[in-house]
Amino acid sequence: MTTQHITVDVNGTSQEADVEPRLLLVHFLRDTLGLTGTHVGCDTSNCGACTVHVDGVSAKSCTMLAVQADGRSVKTIEAMADGANLHPLQQAFWDQHGLQCGFCTPGMIMQAAWLLEENPDPSEEEIRWGISGNLCRCTGYVNIVKAIQQAAGELNAADSAPVVAAETTEGQAVTAEPAAAG
Amino acid sequence: MIPGQFDYVRPGDLDQVLAILKAREGEAKILSGGYSLIPLIKLRLAQPGVLVDLRDVTGLDRIVETDDHLSIGAKATHRQIHETPVIRDTYLLLHDVTGTIGDPQVRNWGTIGGSVAHADPASDWPAVLLAGNASIVLRGLSGDPHRLRVGDNPAAAGDAVRERVLPARGFFLDAFTTAIEPLEVLTEIRFPRRPRGQGGGWQKLERKVGDFATVGVAAVIRLAPDGRIEGSGIGVTGVADAPFAATDAEAVLNGNTPSDDLFRQAGVAAGAQSRPAADVRGPIDYKRAMVAEMTVRALDTALERARANA
Repeated sequence: MTTQHITVDVNGTSQEADVEPRLLLVHFLRDTLGLTGTHVGCDTSNCGACTVHVDGVSAKSCTMLAVQADGRSVKTIEAMADGANLHPLQQAFWDQHGLQCGFCTPGMIMQAAWLLEENPDPSEEEIRWGISGNLCRCTGYVNIVKAIQQAAGELNAADSAPVVAAETTEGQAVTAEPAAAG
Repeated sequence: MIPGQFDYVRPGDLDQVLAILKAREGEAKILSGGYSLIPLIKLRLAQPGVLVDLRDVTGLDRIVETDDHLSIGAKATHRQIHETPVIRDTYLLLHDVTGTIGDPQVRNWGTIGGSVAHADPASDWPAVLLAGNASIVLRGLSGDPHRLRVGDNPAAAGDAVRERVLPARGFFLDAFTTAIEPLEVLTEIRFPRRPRGQGGGWQKLERKVGDFATVGVAAVIRLAPDGRIEGSGIGVTGVADAPFAATDAEAVLNGNTPSDDLFRQAGVAAGAQSRPAADVRGPIDYKRAMVAEMTVRALDTALERARANA
C-alpha cells in the first residue's frame, strides 16, 4: 500500500496526513480528521449531502480524492458557526424549518453559502437552480428556499450595516455583524 | 464505496504527462475534474493503475476567440465556459449546454476535456461538438510506443511531441470510446468562429434536473442572404452507442427555406437515424419521437438566433 503525504488547510487549520490515493475527500474529513458534520448520502455524486468548499468553490467531497485537495483549502459545515453564534444560514434553517431529519442540511447549507457568495441576492428560481445538486427527502424544498432567502436578506443587511455603524461608533460595527441583523 | 488501489501523480507539464502515459501505458487514466471518472472508479467499472491529474499543468484552461475559431482549453470547467463573456454573448449554444450539464457542483469542477475524452454516450458536450463541427486537439508522442519498457524515460529516448487535430465527426467511436490514442492527451477544443447568419440551439430532455439526457439535441443552422439554409449541423446524444451527427436531418435542411414543416421532416429523419435502447428512461418508440421533437425545438431556437445574427 503506497501512501502520499498531503497538506490541506481545513477550516483554517493546516492538516497533514499520509493517505492512500484512493481515499475520498469525504472520508479524509470524517474518518481521518473526525469532522463528521459532512455526510455521506448517496455516495454516487447525486445527492450533495457531502458538499464542502474547496478553494472557495462548492464540491461533492465523495467525488474528489483527498490527494486532489493537497495544497488546497477546504471549508466544512463545522466552520460556519462563530462559537455559539450560528451562521445566518444555520439560524435561518432553524427559523424556517428548513429541515426535518437534517441529513441533507450540512451539504445544503454549504451549497447555499457558495450560492450566496456568487449571487448575494438570488431570485427564488436562482435559489432552486443553485441547490439543484442537493437532494432533500423531507421538506419538499419550500422551507429550504425560504431559509436561504432569509439568510440572503440578513447577510445583505449585515454587509451594509457596518458602513452605517462606522459613521457612529466603530466599536459597534464589529459586534453588529450577522447576529444583530434581522 | 471504496475504490480499488491506484497510484496518483500530478505532473507539472504536458511533457511529463506524456512520459507517464508512456511509462505506464495501458493502465494510466487522465484525471481532469473527475466527476465522471471517480464515480466509475468507485463502482469499480474502471480500475486504472495510475491517475494522472492535470491540475498542475498550466495554460490548458484558456478560452480565446481568434479570427478563425473559438479555442477552449481542455481544463476549462463547464462553469468557466458558461460565464465567459464571449460565450455568453456570441456562442449561445455553448452557453446553454454549460448550464444544463450535471448540477452546480459538477459544473464547478467538471471540464470540457474530461467530458469529451470520457465520451459517455449520453453526455451533453459531444452533441454540441458534432453540431458545431468542432475539432479536437490532441498532444502525443511520436515513435514506436512499444519500444520502451516501464521505467524508461521517454524524453531521454528522443521522442518528438506531435499534435493532431481531429474533426468531432469521426471522433466518438463507441460508448466511452474515442479516437484518442493511448499515448495522447486532449488539450483543446476548437469551434469554427461564428459567422453572420448562424445560430444554435440546445434541447435536453431529462427525467429530473441533473440527470443524464434521455435525449439531447444540438442544432446549428447558417442562413444565406436569401433566407435559405446554406449549412446545418445536428448532434444527438443519449440515443445510440455513441453521440452522432444526424446527417439525414442535415440533408433535409440544407438548401431549403426554414419552415415548421421542414423542421418536422428533419426531426423525423433524426429520430429514424437514432438507435436508442429501451431502459428506465423510456421505450424505443418514445425516444425516437423525443429525438424528433427535441430536434424541432432546437432548430426553432437556432433559427431565431440565426436571424438575430444576420
